[in-house]
Amino acid sequence: MNEGFDRFSGTSDYVASDSLKHAVNVALALERPLLVRGEPGTGKTLLAESIAKALSLPIIRWHVKSTTKAQDGLYVHDTVQRLHDSRFGDGDVRDVKRYIKLGPLGRALSSDERVVLLIDEIDKADVEFPNDLLLELDAMRFHVQETGEEIVALLRPMVLITSNNEKELPDAFLRRCVFHYIEFPSRELMRQIVRVHHPDLEERVLDQCLEVFYGLRETPRLRKKPSTSELIDWIAALRRSGVDLKRVGGGIPFLGTLLKTEQDQALFVQ
Amino acid sequence: MLLDFFYELRRRKVPVSTHEWMALMRALELGLHESSLDGFYDLARALVVKELAHFDAFDAAFLAVFQGVTVEALSITDDIEAWLKEAMKRELSPEELALARALSPDELRALFEKRLREQRERHDGGNRWVGTGGTSPFGRAGAHPTGIVIGEGGGRSAMQRAGERAYRAYRTDAVLDVRKIDVALRLLRDLGRDGADEELDLDETVERTAKNAGDLDLVFHPPRRNRVKVVLLMDVGGSMDPHAELVNRLFTAASRSGRFAKFRSFYFHNCVYRAVYQDANLRSPTPVADLLGSSDRSEKLVVVGDAAMHPAELLLPGGSYWSDLATKTSGLEWMQRLGDHYRKSAWLNPEPESWWNQTTVQRLRAVFPMFPLTLDGLERAVHHLVRGAS
Repeated sequence: MNEGFDRFSGTSDYVASDSLKHAVNVALALERPLLVRGEPGTGKTLLAESIAKALSLPIIRWHVKSTTKAQDGLYVHDTVQRLHDSRFGDGDVRDVKRYIKLGPLGRALSSDERVVLLIDEIDKADVEFPNDLLLELDAMRFHVQETGEEIVALLRPMVLITSNNEKELPDAFLRRCVFHYIEFPSRELMRQIVRVHHPDLEERVLDQCLEVFYGLRETPRLRKKPSTSELIDWIAALRRSGVDLKRVGGGIPFLGTLLKTEQDQALFVQ
Repeated sequence: MLLDFFYELRRRKVPVSTHEWMALMRALELGLHESSLDGFYDLARALVVKELAHFDAFDAAFLAVFQGVTVEALSITDDIEAWLKEAMKRELSPEELALARALSPDELRALFEKRLREQRERHDGGNRWVGTGGTSPFGRAGAHPTGIVIGEGGGRSAMQRAGERAYRAYRTDAVLDVRKIDVALRLLRDLGRDGADEELDLDETVERTAKNAGDLDLVFHPPRRNRVKVVLLMDVGGSMDPHAELVNRLFTAASRSGRFAKFRSFYFHNCVYRAVYQDANLRSPTPVADLLGSSDRSEKLVVVGDAAMHPAELLLPGGSYWSDLATKTSGLEWMQRLGDHYRKSAWLNPEPESWWNQTTVQRLRAVFPMFPLTLDGLERAVHHLVRGAS
């Protein structure tokens, strides 16, 4: 095995499949961003926390919104504050640096130590957003126009990008990433995952829960299939309320934690 | 052999670039594939394939190259041989070897190579091909006492995983959900500043404030909005019934508020004659003349329909025997008027392209650029609609 490789193997509170671990390690070894896709609720965002924990690195989170611009991630020149200060004479207006606020990507690149940078739900932003980040993610450096400063990352951060969507990111962007699609966990893997969250759950009860859960997922024409996080919530609700699953005849208690639309609930009741 | 794989991937339309290939080579140098075919499968897929839609093509290419079903079967037998020897060493106990009277290892190998060359696909069950769960002498989990076990026990091997073609469902030509349509439609836009002054124009504010000797002078401008206007015409009933759900999804995504500057939708049955309808029951008509009169030529016309009907319904004047609106103008002429009015139009056809050789489809294709109602077709249509937008 190569030196410095295979550093990620999941953490006690995050169960990763072998091919996911492999993908993370490839990204670490090649120092390329890892792009993770998968159904909502399959733990894409939690993966970043888990990597940070496993490698004991600090994590910087960048939650992308529909209005997020690439520039926001690097830095913003707080002109309004500066204008305000110039008018009321608070602080030294001539020092531009005071008004340069680094964004998440800017902080990750200017950090003295290696960090994990999570760019969460990149598909939420404008379609051109990923293209605007190409250079910075590739070269791991950026230029602050206002001060003429060039910020270069001393240690390339481990960049993890999550996306819910298909077919949206530009090719030039994709070319630079390592890609992994998180498949819905198999029953065996799911058993391990639930164990992590509910370590003292009885084996028999877990079997029943999984039975109901996978049965529900196979219901045809569901709009939103329940996911891992919903299963964990559901089990938590069952335990909190002390409902005994095998004694409940017919309907599923707390159906609302598993199925989130009226249509799906109606479909199931039928 | 790896280059073969590269070109096989490209041949199967997986857009792998030299850039990615060099990264894969570097990864192999670093030993990231853990010297196994499984590791190589994971590694190559993570670096080369960036879209779920291409996973299936990747699996197919992987099978084609590494199972040696392409012409150059013998060029890979070195790998297979090494693999085979290892497998035999590991999997067969002395008792089993003693049982192996029927075929000597050399005969077995010769036969295996021959089969491998003949075999085209993954195979499960059965008594001849290399596969799983059968009684052929080759494969895994089978019942032949002297057979060759391929691959390692425990976990799924790369070949098995590729063979399962588990990602077939994710191919782009498969189902379109509302979200996917949404994404495709996002590109249908032409941004411009219109409307009320709502956004602070920082640069201008700074400029004016400076000129104003430091006294704040705030400048606002209108936010950027999509200026594209869309008219959607949907064929309903008859041969369109099987596609109703798909058309419904398209409608849901397209009618989302704020998507377009103006969005109107109408229904028709089979072909447009004289009027289109505001409801799917075809009760409240809007004459085509009114529609044209109320729409700017820069609006985008999108027609959804299978264009399948009796040629008479399209070509003969008064061909619409299903309605009481028989006129002296043929359906095709009405369609032509629509096509002529709008500068950009597109026809989305839910039927596969291989069915488009019918007369009526051909005639309508001459009027409207036609695209299949798939993710790929929708993207091409959107691209066509915004190109040279005015």
